[in-house]
Amino acid sequence: MKKIIIPMFAVMALLLAGCTNKPEVPNTHGVYMLLDTSGTYTNELKKAQLIINYTLAKLNPGDTFAVARVDTGSFSEKDIVAKVTFDDRPSMANRQKLKFRDDIDRFVKSVKPSAYTDITGGMLQAIEYLNEAGVGKKTVLIFSDLKEELKKGYVRDIPLQVGGFDVVALNVTKLRSDNVDPREYMDRLTMWQKRVESGEGSWRVINDLERLEPVIIN
Amino acid sequence: MSFSDIYLLWSDSPAISAVIWSIIIMILTYLARDPMHKIIEAFSGGAKHAFQQAADALLGSSQKLAERNREVLVAAGMEASERLIEREFSRIDTIVHRDLAEYPTLHRKISDVVTHIDEDYKSSAEAPPEAPGWGKAIDAVANIQANKGDPMVGQVLQSIHGSMEKSHQHVLEEYRKSSRTRHMLLKKMRPFWRRMDGDLKQVNEKVTGLLERSAVIDQKMDEYENIVAKTDGAVRTLSSSSLTQFFIAGFVLAIAVGGAMINFNLIARPMQEMVGGSGMLMGYKTANIAALVIILVEVAMGLFLMESLRITRLFPVIGSMRDEMRVRMIWITFSILLILASVEAGLAYMREILSQDDAALRASLIAGGSEVAVNAQRWITTAAQMGMGFILPFALVFVAIPLESFIHSSRTVLGMAGVGMLRGLAFVMSMIAGASHYAGAALISLYDLIIFVPLWVEGLVKGKSGSEPKKGLDIFGSQAAKEV
Repeated sequence: MKKIIIPMFAVMALLLAGCTNKPEVPNTHGVYMLLDTSGTYTNELKKAQLIINYTLAKLNPGDTFAVARVDTGSFSEKDIVAKVTFDDRPSMANRQKLKFRDDIDRFVKSVKPSAYTDITGGMLQAIEYLNEAGVGKKTVLIFSDLKEELKKGYVRDIPLQVGGFDVVALNVTKLRSDNVDPREYMDRLTMWQKRVESGEGSWRVINDLERLEPVIIN
Repeated sequence: MSFSDIYLLWSDSPAISAVIWSIIIMILTYLARDPMHKIIEAFSGGAKHAFQQAADALLGSSQKLAERNREVLVAAGMEASERLIEREFSRIDTIVHRDLAEYPTLHRKISDVVTHIDEDYKSSAEAPPEAPGWGKAIDAVANIQANKGDPMVGQVLQSIHGSMEKSHQHVLEEYRKSSRTRHMLLKKMRPFWRRMDGDLKQVNEKVTGLLERSAVIDQKMDEYENIVAKTDGAVRTLSSSSLTQFFIAGFVLAIAVGGAMINFNLIARPMQEMVGGSGMLMGYKTANIAALVIILVEVAMGLFLMESLRITRLFPVIGSMRDEMRVRMIWITFSILLILASVEAGLAYMREILSQDDAALRASLIAGGSEVAVNAQRWITTAAQMGMGFILPFALVFVAIPLESFIHSSRTVLGMAGVGMLRGLAFVMSMIAGASHYAGAALISLYDLIIFVPLWVEGLVKGKSGSEPKKGLDIFGSQAAKEV
């Protein structure tokens, strides 16, 4: 009997696999959020918490979510505050979401401002993490004013390989100097857009958080 | 050499060149008239014949298809009629077994009652009182002419009169007594009469029921005979019945599909707990496919159950099984359905729990940790969902009946549609054949119109010489006749 059943299942599996010519793209969504913890931007972390909670509510079982801080040297796993790949079962995924929220709450309470802002390092870490996660849709959320300040000796003029990534800048606040000369703000945005688009990624700025839904929903 | 060089070959003036070229073209066209006519005739005639043949072939196919449809319709009608007659016979069999099986008992009862009544009747027969044997003697004595004043004779007569009176009284008393007894007997007969009347009514009802059934069978047999004879009326009736069946069955199937969709939505979400929420199979969520498979398995089990119960006849193998095996199959399919229905009820309950869980999580994440107010009446929706989850699989069992009707009637309906389509195509082909014929005629006329001047000159010349000028328009009539 086994002699018949095993080849039969094998043939069925092959048929099912052969139904599509294209390699199967996973239907999962990976979101990596960079939190700027430099200087006065730490005060904006309450807003970031809301975005994280919103993202948690919208992600589905099987999706991946990670939150990392941007500090002096962000190209490091140590800067990842919380990370999770949700379980396939919705009930288990819900429990993971609650735990994730608690981790973020603890981080926000205990965070200390950093002296420098290494956004590029954080981006590189995000690209590496999401590529490794093997998700279908990759989104990097940058919760920052996009003002990069590197410590002396750090090399970050590296092209970003963000093909297939959606890079979304959130809550890009205007600095005092931007108010004096708005061109600084615009130049900053243009510079990041160029960097992302030259790496074949898509770039978007969302300051009104109500427009976040299409970015998060897969 | 460019076009303008060729155009101005005869003269530098474009107008003169145009005239010269027109004359040359006209002459050449006139010279090429006969071969051109033949070419046009050949093309238009060829096209006409080809399209006409195609139309004939299509008509032939449509006739064959119509005949096949008729055969299918008659076969289906015969089968349906046979089933109805079989059912009527089965009903008669039931009546005979149920009612007429008691007939010997009933007959015995009636016979007993009749015997009883007969005995009573005999007992109640009136017996005339017996006249005393010496009556005549007394009459004779009474007629004796007695002398007046003879006391002896008077005494004797008085004595005789007394005896007579006494005897009369006695007889009268006896008669009254026997009459009373007879009346009593007749009174006792009344319940027997009534019982017999009731029994006879019962017999009458049963026989009437049987007669009604036999009248129905007669009607069905007439219909069956008409179908076997393939009369037009029977075929028309079957066609219209088939169309009606098709639409009714289609409507019921659409309702069933709606039910299946509700069922699907009920179990697709909780199914994620069993097979995972992110897995994909052929571009669809595995959980959705699993839910769909469960519903399809339920429908399949329903089909087998209906087949085993011999309500539908989609699978002859099941219908022809031994009764023992069939009963076993009924129990197996019913058990699987019961298990699946229970699983669905459980999944419906799980769905409610998951939705509560989701609502709580959303409230906790988005609404800043506020607790979700628990509705006290929530158990009603939970119970309703569970009930639906349990009932819908059993409701889907009955899909087998409209499905069978739909499949059977769709053969006829598709056949009719095919015949209609073939006839429509044949009509279009005929139209094209006719159009190509007249297009050829029109082209020849147009050709002759271009060379009307040389034709006119030819006419004049031939008129003078007495010969008939060429006719350009009558291409398929007189010219063809001439060729023949």
